[in-house]
Amino acid sequence: MPKRNAGFPAGFLRELSKNRFSYLLAVPAVLYVFIFSYATYPYLLIAFQRFNYTKGLLHSEWVGFDNFRFFFKSTDALLITLNTIKLNLLFLVFGTLFAVALAVLLNEVRHRLFQKLTQTTMIFPNFLSWIIVSYMMYGLFSTDFGLINQAISFFGGEPVNWYAKAEAWPWILVGMKVWKEAGMGSIIYLAAITGIDQVLYESAEIDGATRWQKIRSITLPLLAPTAAILTLLNLGKIFYGDFGMIYAIIGDNGVLYPTTDVIDTYVFRALRQIGDPSNAAAVGLFQSIVGLLLVFAANWITRRTFREGALY
Amino acid sequence: MNALKRPDISAWFIHLFLGLFALCCLLPMVLTFMVSISDETSIIKHGYRLVPERFSLEAYRTLYDSGAMLLRSYGVTVFVTAVGSVLAVLITAMAAYPLANPSVKYRGALSLYFFITMLFNGGLVPWYIMCKKLGLTDNLLALIVPGLMFNAFNMFLVRNFMESLPSALRESAYMDGANDMRIAFRIYLPLCVPVLATVLLFYALAYWNDWFNAIMLVDNKNLFPLQYVLFKIRSNIEMLNMLPPGGNQVQYTPPAESAKMATVIVTIGPIVFLYPYLQRYFVKGLIVGSVKG
Repeated sequence: MPKRNAGFPAGFLRELSKNRFSYLLAVPAVLYVFIFSYATYPYLLIAFQRFNYTKGLLHSEWVGFDNFRFFFKSTDALLITLNTIKLNLLFLVFGTLFAVALAVLLNEVRHRLFQKLTQTTMIFPNFLSWIIVSYMMYGLFSTDFGLINQAISFFGGEPVNWYAKAEAWPWILVGMKVWKEAGMGSIIYLAAITGIDQVLYESAEIDGATRWQKIRSITLPLLAPTAAILTLLNLGKIFYGDFGMIYAIIGDNGVLYPTTDVIDTYVFRALRQIGDPSNAAAVGLFQSIVGLLLVFAANWITRRTFREGALY
Repeated sequence: MNALKRPDISAWFIHLFLGLFALCCLLPMVLTFMVSISDETSIIKHGYRLVPERFSLEAYRTLYDSGAMLLRSYGVTVFVTAVGSVLAVLITAMAAYPLANPSVKYRGALSLYFFITMLFNGGLVPWYIMCKKLGLTDNLLALIVPGLMFNAFNMFLVRNFMESLPSALRESAYMDGANDMRIAFRIYLPLCVPVLATVLLFYALAYWNDWFNAIMLVDNKNLFPLQYVLFKIRSNIEMLNMLPPGGNQVQYTPPAESAKMATVIVTIGPIVFLYPYLQRYFVKGLIVGSVKG
């Protein structure tokens, strides 16, 4: 009888041939991930070059840390880093608050049809692209035609040129994020509430607890782990700006950059508009590395606090 | 018992709040639709109105008449969505099978191989250079292949579903002499239809709403998908506003307000149409994914 655990090449090959059809099935996905993820990693090195598309990675000129120095010396570095973190934190806090609140309130509704109807409506914006949302926002915020300025005029105020008012945009963006995603976010929490043992509520009722007391002492404490896990995991992504959202809504409106420009939009402009791939790559590498450290940190905290909830 | 005696005020507040939030979610959509069927002159006079002074279907007629460009984009989007999401589901489901098969010894390593890419990505620039190197610029493949055709999260969703199927299925098929390829396509995929439908919708929606691949990789106007056309219309208008008045550098007449909104409505049409299915499967997928991700 052959030994069970034959050495590396022999055992490896035997396993591959034994399950060859299984492994074959995975080949397309393995190749895809290899080409679009692993094989792109070497190009991170162009952050240390003055990259030239025709010369390629091997023949472009090496410049050490010049691109990083250029970025960190500019005033943009601090601005876009802080904007990214600030916007993501706002999204996270308000997104979670609204998602939890909606789930708790939806759970209190006894009228099935009303519950179904409101929930279905709340989820709808989640399916629209940010481009579409930007048009709908224009209907509200347009200086000449928008509903909001019409309302302001109606009450005797001066119409506001929203698209030139940088200080308002972090809050407008938070509003849009909540509008678009809180309904969908509430589903996970609603599922968690449904999983709570009904006996708890019944015994609380026998003791004469009010609705608010039941929410405060049963529902919210039992939702806390779910909320904490999701929040921690999202904290790991705090260094990645939502390009699809920010660029669709803000676009190239430079007046709004001071409060809304994030790392991802900055990298995009450096690459596609200014046409400086090496500078863009340097900023991107900075983002990837800090981002990865944050993912590790967030997961480490999650694992220490809630064994079940960790990503890995 | 006291519920019968005094009116439940908190319940009223709960209904009111939820109702208002739901209305807010619907309002911008309704406004967009109403503007699209408004008479252009009444928009200029009064601004956007939820109930327009005068109705007009002129915007849709304009779209229909001058709509060669729009029709083309619609074709591009439909084609990319259909081909892309079917291929994506196939690749995803095939990769999920060995991961759910306990007799595959290296399935842990395979999972890790996919999982690492969820944690670390090289970012925009390396991805862009790779696409350029592969010739994925200015063609339909550039809209289909990069970024969207495989998603590890979806694969793990399918894997979890496959793991919940009884292993006796596979073992008895082995006994009958079937190989894994046959078992995957003849037994597992048909049984996975519920989760595959969910994943198909995830992919299809991502393709339908995508404009990132277009803005990164496509400069040829004939290949612009719908979302990117909308993006272009808006940024052209912004550019026009930034030019000094009287400048004659650009020959571009922005579409009328109602026509813009009509384009939006036409773009989200299929989503509204498919919404009942979309939301059912999305909710299901989200809950399955969150329970065991």
